[in-house]
Amino acid sequence: MDLFVFLALLQDGITTGAIYLLLAIGLLIVFSVTRVIFVPQGDLLAFGTLTVASLQSGHLPGTLWLLDGVAAVALVVSLCRGGRAAVMGVLAWGVFPLVLTLAAVLLAPYQVPAISILLALAIVTPMGPLIWRFAFRPVAGASVLALLILAMALHFVLIGAGLVFFGPEEASAPALTEASFDLGTLNVSDQSLAVLLCCAALVSGLRWFFGATIHGKALRATASDRIGARLVGIDAAATGALAFGLASFIAALAGVLIGAVTPLSYDAGFDIGLKGFVAAIMGGLVSYPMAAAGAVLVGVLESLVSFWASAYREVIVFTLLIPVLVWLSLRSGSPEDRA
Amino acid sequence: MRARLFAAAAAVAFLGVSAEAQAQIKLGAILSISGPGAAMGVGYKGAFDFFPKEIGGVPVEYIVRDDATDANVGFTAAQRMISEDHIDAFIGPSLTATDAAVAPLANQAHVPMLAMAPYEYDPAKQPYTFSDAQPLSLMMAAVFKYMQAHGVKQIGYIGFSDGWGDQVLAATKQWSQTDGMTILADERYARTDTSAEAQVLKLMSVHPEAIVMGTSATPAALPVVALRHRGFKGGLYGNHGIVSPAFIKVGGAAAEGVIAVTSPVVVYDQLPDSNVVKPVAAAFMADYTKQFGPQSINPFAGYSYDAMLLLKNAIPIALKAGKPGTEEFRVALRDALEKTHELVGVSGVYDMSPTNHNGQDARAAVLVEVKDGAWRAIQ
Repeated sequence: MDLFVFLALLQDGITTGAIYLLLAIGLLIVFSVTRVIFVPQGDLLAFGTLTVASLQSGHLPGTLWLLDGVAAVALVVSLCRGGRAAVMGVLAWGVFPLVLTLAAVLLAPYQVPAISILLALAIVTPMGPLIWRFAFRPVAGASVLALLILAMALHFVLIGAGLVFFGPEEASAPALTEASFDLGTLNVSDQSLAVLLCCAALVSGLRWFFGATIHGKALRATASDRIGARLVGIDAAATGALAFGLASFIAALAGVLIGAVTPLSYDAGFDIGLKGFVAAIMGGLVSYPMAAAGAVLVGVLESLVSFWASAYREVIVFTLLIPVLVWLSLRSGSPEDRA
Repeated sequence: MRARLFAAAAAVAFLGVSAEAQAQIKLGAILSISGPGAAMGVGYKGAFDFFPKEIGGVPVEYIVRDDATDANVGFTAAQRMISEDHIDAFIGPSLTATDAAVAPLANQAHVPMLAMAPYEYDPAKQPYTFSDAQPLSLMMAAVFKYMQAHGVKQIGYIGFSDGWGDQVLAATKQWSQTDGMTILADERYARTDTSAEAQVLKLMSVHPEAIVMGTSATPAALPVVALRHRGFKGGLYGNHGIVSPAFIKVGGAAAEGVIAVTSPVVVYDQLPDSNVVKPVAAAFMADYTKQFGPQSINPFAGYSYDAMLLLKNAIPIALKAGKPGTEEFRVALRDALEKTHELVGVSGVYDMSPTNHNGQDARAAVLVEVKDGAWRAIQ
């Protein structure tokens, strides 16, 4: 292996690692605030890619109708509750889906990549809060295991929905840029640079959000002590919805980014989500910097192993993780104790 | 006493029904209409709209069940078809895994089955199993003949890290040995992978003249795009699993020049007039595209149609030996299928024997190339 090949592999690995990193962040946010291991996040990633792809081909995606349907139920529920919840409910689940649907109907025929991407993000992001509202909030106090089983079940529901909406074929998202440039002997595509830039922008955005805004501080407070946060008046339902919203936004963004590099099918999200989960585990499901290091490690390791022994890639990658997990569990006990 | 008499009468009546010959021929089809194989299942099922209502003067009933791309579901459906519907023959199953699950059942119950997926078996051990889909080695033989004619000596291999990747590699090893080629590298990736960069770099580092691909459907475009992006100039050769408009859609400009092999029915309108399959395939596809649209052309409908043609050819002979619904009829049907001689279908020509229950030859494989965004037959 010469230096050129090594650098090319490194570039590929870091790009893939950046996607794993995004998913790991989403998983960490949701887990630390609600103790839910958000398995369906990978499926939302595939939804992101496929929603852009179908908007780009001039069709209205099935995910839009799914969103409208579930939002209508949420609207009815919050209207029945009455009071301040009703006003918020009408805004979130009445006005927003209506505007979004109108925008999609009017703008989809133009097939402008930037508009399709924004529409797709707007369609997929509300699914996180809706999943929280209907699936997890009613059983928010259940054990981590029960929540995990529920998350697995939701994964299968979303996969089924994906097959119905998008069919079994793969599709790709439009590239933000087709250009590439040469860095020495290395050809770097702008798309992989865009992935890294988006990733960096998101990380610094989240850093600001958690450090400087009241909502971000509420999330942090809930993450560090759930009962304490409730005692000082932080609304557990609202922080949960916010955490799920952030995770689904991140998943949709990751889907748009990775979809431009490689086509995805309706069921491809789970594998990517699994790698993100592995990275999150490396951070002990609490540490963001450790998860980031884990994500890049998994990505680069995958790339290098693919070069040397591609047939055994998954085996080698996952086997190398075992000592890491053993070390982590010996050092800090199980994540459930801290949750 | 009365209850016991009634039970006895019922038992006799039941036996009478199950042993009685049926007034119609019942053909049971197990297709993957839902699940991950649904895209193919739609094609298999479409052909049933054009099946005859009567063969040899006897009405035919087609019982179609879905296996949801799951061999276990297919197995249960087959059991029901044999014990409750008393079918005379299986059309399909359309999934290789379900074929493997159903074959022992069919052979035990002496029900002929026409597997519609490439399925390897020994006709001596499974005399009731037939297959009308081209075996992989037959398809790859056509590809290697072309490569040999173009002087390819050193090849690289990239395939899925699953059973399909292994099967295509086995055929690649077989024919590269016969044709005097060396395999320089064997690289694998998973269908759900998001990058094949590393495998492509490895392939290019050994400088093969051509690359053989053990892939299928749209995930096959991943290494093709990466190879062309990295400037690979050699030939790219695929199997029949990649021949679909979706592959070109995903591969874009990188797909241009990819050579693969397919069933004649897929490019029926581009075959030379001397090709015996052309008129049969054109007649079938005229009906098929009229109903499902010009974009609906696929090889899978052809396998269903050929299964029907094979049965239509054999049933009149079997009717002389016994009535539908009886074992005599099924045994005679099997014998007649085995004697199928030079039957022209839409996926090739069938010439069966006791040792060859597929019977296709080189006429079942047509080489195609991606040109100007479409699959074109190589003349």
